[in-house]
Amino acid sequence: MKERLSREAIAMRIAKEFFDGAVVNLGIGIPTLVSSFVPEGMQVIYHTENGALGFGPVVTPDEFEEKADIDLINAGGQYVTPLPGMCFFHHADSFTIIRGGHIDITVLGVLEVSEKGDLANWMFPGRGVGNIGGGMDLAFNSKRVIGATEHTTKSGKLKIVKQCSIPLTAPQCMDLIVTDIAVIEVTEQGLVLKEMAPGWTVEEVQELTEPKLIVAEDLKEIEL
Amino acid sequence: MPVNKIINTFEEAVSDVPDGATIMMGNFAGPGGTPYYLIQALRNQGAKNLTIVANTAGGIGLTLDFDDHRILFENKQVKKVIATFPFSTSPSRPSPAEKQIVAGEAELELVPQGTLAERIRAGGAGIPAFYTPTGVGTVIEEGKEKRYFDGRPCLLEHALKADYAFVRAYKADEMGNLVYRGTQRQFNPIMAMAARVTIAEVDEIVKPGDLDPDAVITPGIFVHRIVKVKEDPGFPRQLERSFQVKQA
Repeated sequence: MKERLSREAIAMRIAKEFFDGAVVNLGIGIPTLVSSFVPEGMQVIYHTENGALGFGPVVTPDEFEEKADIDLINAGGQYVTPLPGMCFFHHADSFTIIRGGHIDITVLGVLEVSEKGDLANWMFPGRGVGNIGGGMDLAFNSKRVIGATEHTTKSGKLKIVKQCSIPLTAPQCMDLIVTDIAVIEVTEQGLVLKEMAPGWTVEEVQELTEPKLIVAEDLKEIEL
Repeated sequence: MPVNKIINTFEEAVSDVPDGATIMMGNFAGPGGTPYYLIQALRNQGAKNLTIVANTAGGIGLTLDFDDHRILFENKQVKKVIATFPFSTSPSRPSPAEKQIVAGEAELELVPQGTLAERIRAGGAGIPAFYTPTGVGTVIEEGKEKRYFDGRPCLLEHALKADYAFVRAYKADEMGNLVYRGTQRQFNPIMAMAARVTIAEVDEIVKPGDLDPDAVITPGIFVHRIVKVKEDPGFPRQLERSFQVKQA
């Protein structure tokens, strides 16, 4: 049976890219979900633009009274929990961490991504305005940039395209694209199809992808 | 005579802000680290044609009702905003700034967040300009000098300075030394260094010697006026617990 992965399943697949001690910055949307699926025992150090490293999970509604604090939030404006060993710093130091290349992995949302790995994700579709926030610095300077997205838009428009049609966040920045039907690696040769969701054929994935996909020799089903 | 920077009221602290002033304001995504009482006082004071430097253009973030620089837009006091995240993520609830920017009533300079932070830091540090890779090949590149370093293209970005910085800190001593609490810190320490007049809004003012000198983040020489918050607005905060969590 051919089905698309849920947003949680996309996040679960991305969590497999994390490693012990990785310094990770998560964008807003599906990326935020990834932290829930990191294997128990693995220590990932989360970074947030507003100046914290090593904080804990988002405060749940049950914990609100006891833990919510306006002075402990993430870049998505969510309350997060304190963890032993966390630290705080100001914005210039925070972007020293980003621009200086000290982020191992950033997971970002995607509006469009090109065959060269150009990312466009900051301008709101149809509104002519947008927020750049920390996304440009992250996309330009992180060691590894992973895109988390549905393969096509809600109306079926392609998101993986030959050339982006909307303003770029950063050119040639993407390393890996994880969608609800495929895992695609960005290489100098082009986009390599590495994994597919259960039940999908290469032709079906290609049909929803504008650039020609290179099929990996070891192409396999997505494992979560 | 000992240094005395304490001002009794927020009104008095902002009374000399002239029309046309450039003001930096600590701000991220909610009331934490936002000097909302100073902003309220500036709204009441009424200075116009202001240039605001802040992360957002106000009115977005944690869904708590509080007065950030949104109220300066509502009161038509802002000519220009230099920001990284100016628009509401919900198209059905555009902020007052968004409406004015789209209508051409207020000017927007949209800046990547790391570039904004470094421009502010440079402003305080006496560095007139610097090169950064962020923005090459995007709309940010327009009109900027490009130069290659180790084969990587970079853009020339200029320092930002301000007439005033409104900063939010946790505690000040009477010398103006500041300590912050958690992610409240964000842009506040770098803004404090980049302005001609820095005004700090704090929870507590203590005697010299009552702050651990090793813990001071903003040296007092950068702070010219200190005002203590008198009414706790009741936002969620765990002030009785520090963030120094111990393993159980």
